[in-house]
Amino acid sequence: MQKMLDEFAVGESGVVKAVGGEGKIKRRLFDMGVTPGAEVFLRKKAPLGDPIEVNIRGYELTLRKTEAKLVTMEVKK
Amino acid sequence: MIRFALAGNPNCGKTTLFNGLTGSTAHVGNWPGVTVDKKEGVYKRCEEPIAVVDLPGIYSLSPYTPEEVIARNYVLDEKPDCVINIVDATNLERNLYLTTQIMEIDVPMVIALNMIDAMEKNGDKIDAKALEEKLGVPVVAISALKGTGIHELMERAYTVCKEERKGRTVLESGALAHLITDVKIALDGQGVKNPLFHSVKLAEQDELEVNEHKDAVKMVEEFKKTFKDDVFGSDFEALIADARYKYISENFSSVITKKNKEKFTSTKSDKADKVLTHKIWGIPIFLVILFAIFHLTFSEDFLYLGKIFGFSSLEELGVDTEAFGGTLLACFYDGAIFSPGVIINNLWNNIIVEYCFGWLINLIESSGMSGWAIGLLNDGVIEGLKAVLSFLPPILVLFLFFSILEDSGYMARIAFILDRMFRKFGLSGRAFLPMIMGFGCSVPAMINTRTLADDKERTATIRVIPFFSCGAKLPILTAVSGAIVAYFGIGNADLITYSMYLLGIVAAILAVLLMRNTSLKGETPPFIMELPAYHAPQFKNLMAHLWDKAKHFIKKAFTIIIASTIVIWVLSHFSFSWGFLEDEYIDQSILAQLSMLLQPIFTPLGFGSQLGAFGWVFVVAAISGLIAKENVIATFATLAACLVASGLELGSLDIAAESGIDAVQAMITATGIGIPGLLAFIAFNMTTIPCFAAVATAKAELINKKSFNGTLIFWLASSYIVASAIYTIGSWWWTAFIWAAVIVLTTWLVILYSKRAKNKLDNNNPV
Repeated sequence: MQKMLDEFAVGESGVVKAVGGEGKIKRRLFDMGVTPGAEVFLRKKAPLGDPIEVNIRGYELTLRKTEAKLVTMEVKK
Repeated sequence: MIRFALAGNPNCGKTTLFNGLTGSTAHVGNWPGVTVDKKEGVYKRCEEPIAVVDLPGIYSLSPYTPEEVIARNYVLDEKPDCVINIVDATNLERNLYLTTQIMEIDVPMVIALNMIDAMEKNGDKIDAKALEEKLGVPVVAISALKGTGIHELMERAYTVCKEERKGRTVLESGALAHLITDVKIALDGQGVKNPLFHSVKLAEQDELEVNEHKDAVKMVEEFKKTFKDDVFGSDFEALIADARYKYISENFSSVITKKNKEKFTSTKSDKADKVLTHKIWGIPIFLVILFAIFHLTFSEDFLYLGKIFGFSSLEELGVDTEAFGGTLLACFYDGAIFSPGVIINNLWNNIIVEYCFGWLINLIESSGMSGWAIGLLNDGVIEGLKAVLSFLPPILVLFLFFSILEDSGYMARIAFILDRMFRKFGLSGRAFLPMIMGFGCSVPAMINTRTLADDKERTATIRVIPFFSCGAKLPILTAVSGAIVAYFGIGNADLITYSMYLLGIVAAILAVLLMRNTSLKGETPPFIMELPAYHAPQFKNLMAHLWDKAKHFIKKAFTIIIASTIVIWVLSHFSFSWGFLEDEYIDQSILAQLSMLLQPIFTPLGFGSQLGAFGWVFVVAAISGLIAKENVIATFATLAACLVASGLELGSLDIAAESGIDAVQAMITATGIGIPGLLAFIAFNMTTIPCFAAVATAKAELINKKSFNGTLIFWLASSYIVASAIYTIGSWWWTAFIWAAVIVLTTWLVILYSKRAKNKLDNNNPV
């Protein structure tokens, strides 16, 4: 099943399918390792619900929901 | 001298390695045109001395952040003899991503595989030899923390730097290999240096490259028409980033043997994070930490022991605080044990500065120079220097705490916790810390804005930092509100003080909102960042950090700041006929005369022409506050003495009392100023141009001269508006409606303006 990264619940994991957006934001996502095939695990959300913290390529990355919305994920069962 | 450059991701141990290599030879400058620290030093243990340059921490060589551009240009244009790429072994995948980019440049390089000790502690193993074979670049395993492998690293680098190295790419087998090779050959034919690097960047259609090699861009465009990838279409940037990561995960997963096969493990750091960024406890814990920092820095009653146990003051104990022993004791205790920050501050100001300069002052006084020369040296130069140097302890102590937060990794979490709240104002969560630091002192707060990535966000933050009323403004608040209560017999002094603090915060929020929607308009910067694992801060790194800041500040104190204090002293001690005036005759000085001229400007603020003959005193105090806000109340005391000399009847007031409450009451008696005018005066001092130290810092931090001038105008305008609003509403309650109407109108105009700007943008870039 596919859905966007910002729709993930805490503890859910999946694989990156595609990255949208453009320019600076997209490039930044790539540079931080958010590329198709990367496995992502949603570790937690900030106390106010946004931004989110994910584990990707062995480290902790934080991003806002507006940016997570650009990442299409294949949900892992 | 041979030059090596250190390159690597943020948080990979680069600073620790740099400090280990260069030790005391290190010095910090600025990269031209940006406020990114440039650190240089010398390594002396090789055959010949080697200059080491620390490049900013980066994740990639793309052109989107100033740090990336600096690192990229340094390696390409300044041609270091060797690049030492530091790779965090515990985070190999993302670190090697940068490595694959640096490899493409024609420069000798060595990889320092760092944090080997941390890795082995986890029971994991890494095969440095295999890594070296795969990458074709020397790999040396080191621990920057323990200093192991560092010398071997430098020896390898020294050997390598004598040979030439051609760039290599890991994209050889990718779909774009053809294009990259073709463009590379074309660039090589044109005699372009580093053809491989440029050809890859051209394929990525990187902004900087596209402008530089116009004809080669055509080749890329042609190729693009014939090319279609299943996943990426013709998005070459995505394709290349993906190819790099694919290459890394295919080739290097075999290099590491993990003890724990579980993919998303919970380390110690994750467990700490569970508490520190907890859904409910995260914010309260943050507030407690913040409170603790301010308590340890500024509180005169450590852990409230004095209040709890009711300790006696030194006077009650019969200690003579005039004697040296008593003075020393008074640095630590007086009715309560002081906090460490206060003790350091007292030792510095009451012992070191006081005795050194006191000796100098005595020497000058007994030198037999003429009165004005003694006055200039003692009251102008030395007292000015003392005022500025007295800032040093709180600045350094606050800086120490915030460096600890930064180095331990908690700072990134603060941004994580608070981002949501700050985005509403067009700022990111990182802006919170510099603002809150402003309550202590504006100088370290402004320096701390370097952690903000976006220039407009930085400028906006620097501008509102003084609104967070600093320690030096507190005496103004307490003295004036104390005088209001004592003279008019109404209100509560603490309540007035607190409301003024609140006023500053509200003014800051409104100003940021206004700026981010008009002159400093810009998209909210993206918030995509690493949350580094927690680790204990390094004592050596912290001290290196503090030493840099102290050096920087002292240099400022002896140049800009001292020049400015001399000017103000001359203006307040000479009349227009160039006669020297003693302190009591300040009313005849150039400064007083100028203040009388300026007085009408302050009429809407309640301390202008309506005050009659002595009304100019408030203007003089406000101007002297530009040196240091401590001067405001001190000036009132001087002025009160001057008024007494000219025959003013003050009754039982003790104008020399340290609290300044009586001095302010003397001003009220002399001028007949009302409560609204006094409140407006506090507000004016809180929101106007801060002290010289802060102005000098703002000037250094705002590289762009235009934004610095804009900042000065902003401070003048905001203080004028805030103070006149308070005065008019306080005097005539119905003017509140006028101000409300003005605010509504401004908001409406801003919304209209942003809509129009947006439409214009959309018309220019039709989707």
